[in-house]
Amino acid sequence: MEQLTGTFAVKKGLAQMLKGGVIMDVVTAEHARIAEDAGACAVMALERVPADIRVQGGVARMSDPDLIESIMNAVSIPVMAKCRIGHFVEAQILEAIGVDYIDESEVLTPADEAHHIYKHDFKVPFVCGCRNLGEALRRIGEGAAMIRTKGEAGTGDVVEAVRHARSVLGEIRLLQNKPDEELMSYAKDIGAPFELVKEVKELGRLPVVNFAAGGIATPADAALMMQLGVDGVFVGSGIFKSGDPAKRAAAIVKAVTHYNDPGILAEVSRNLGEAMVGINVSGMDEAERIAGRGW
Amino acid sequence: MKIGVLALQGDFAEHLKMLERLGVETAKVRLPAHLDDLDGLIIPGGESTTIGKLSVDFGLIEPLRDFGRRKAVWGTCAGAIFLSKDARRTQPLLGLMDITVERNAFGRQVASFEADLDIPELGQGGAYHAVFIRAPIIETVSGTARVLSTVSDGRIVAARQGNLLATSFHPELTDDDRFHRYFLTLAK
Repeated sequence: MEQLTGTFAVKKGLAQMLKGGVIMDVVTAEHARIAEDAGACAVMALERVPADIRVQGGVARMSDPDLIESIMNAVSIPVMAKCRIGHFVEAQILEAIGVDYIDESEVLTPADEAHHIYKHDFKVPFVCGCRNLGEALRRIGEGAAMIRTKGEAGTGDVVEAVRHARSVLGEIRLLQNKPDEELMSYAKDIGAPFELVKEVKELGRLPVVNFAAGGIATPADAALMMQLGVDGVFVGSGIFKSGDPAKRAAAIVKAVTHYNDPGILAEVSRNLGEAMVGINVSGMDEAERIAGRGW
Repeated sequence: MKIGVLALQGDFAEHLKMLERLGVETAKVRLPAHLDDLDGLIIPGGESTTIGKLSVDFGLIEPLRDFGRRKAVWGTCAGAIFLSKDARRTQPLLGLMDITVERNAFGRQVASFEADLDIPELGQGGAYHAVFIRAPIIETVSGTARVLSTVSDGRIVAARQGNLLATSFHPELTDDDRFHRYFLTLAK
């Protein structure tokens, strides 16, 4: 009996298992255990959460393999790690370590300002950020098996996550109403592969799982993204930059499950301590924004 | 007939879609009251630690055990772990089936695979193409539990005990509806 590994079905399949869940940024094995105990469906292993990358500046790169492995050894849930946009050697290293998913992430400093990684060449699946449908379909065309809307990482301000989710989901709703003869010029306009545009029209959704990310800090933020129509959420700085990470993490997990039940949302939102301080995105310079990274 | 899918976390939407394709009335189960008028329940793939924790937090453990003693329940992957007696680590389990499991038994995600299985119980239709994602194996079956299928090296990947069913793989990720139809015969 032949066993086929690294197929698109198994890459996309792991993302399907993460649906309805919360993926949490962690910087130590101890954080990873707190996240798992709180009900995270996966963790993102990294050296600095986005809020700290913003403050400290400098070039943000793939994390030390030792740190990533210590987190992989600490928990039983899937472990993701980030590489720089276009840095296919960082991706090769992460695949060699055995991480479960690679995030080719705009949160790190891009290594290539024109090209992303050709992700079909890897056995490990990739998740990539997007701000609109065209960007999502370009990444899927390159082999991404999961998509997340970018938001504005490390701010605790959900406004960009909402903008990007409304953009992707709204464009899909409009696409469904287009007659077939308009699909080719639409594909050209948004810079997306024609076959994927056609597939999205037929499915009425992206052909892969779509999470929200970037600025989610409270159970209400997470439920808002779920009600807008995403499949799950990433929470980066929002948990471990808050006053009581374990409690907030567990509350966000419950809010994603019961996103349509305001009574439960009210209950889990009580007494969570300080939320992360946050930066108001509307007051930020264009140069400070990272969502624009990606081509 | 009405079949519920435990909708705490995981790929419950894929199971609901398959059931709807078969013309079955469905319901999402997130709280104990949602079990009331169901003829059967599917526990989907996902993360077994997350599904277990949310089941504890929302008072579902005892109602699910009670449901499984009376009616048909099928667990896929994380769901199979949740149905087991022992998963070799401390996490909430229903303990309804006399099976022990090993989580992530084939390795991490790069070892996830597709393979054709021989499953005589499904009757005609040839080999069953199965998708395994960071899959568990069923290490042992005891009591009245029996093996339905193994991979080529003999490791158990599907088992049944009365109206309870456990699979390491994900029929909901394929277009082959034979396993869902088989489960519906248990729920009748």
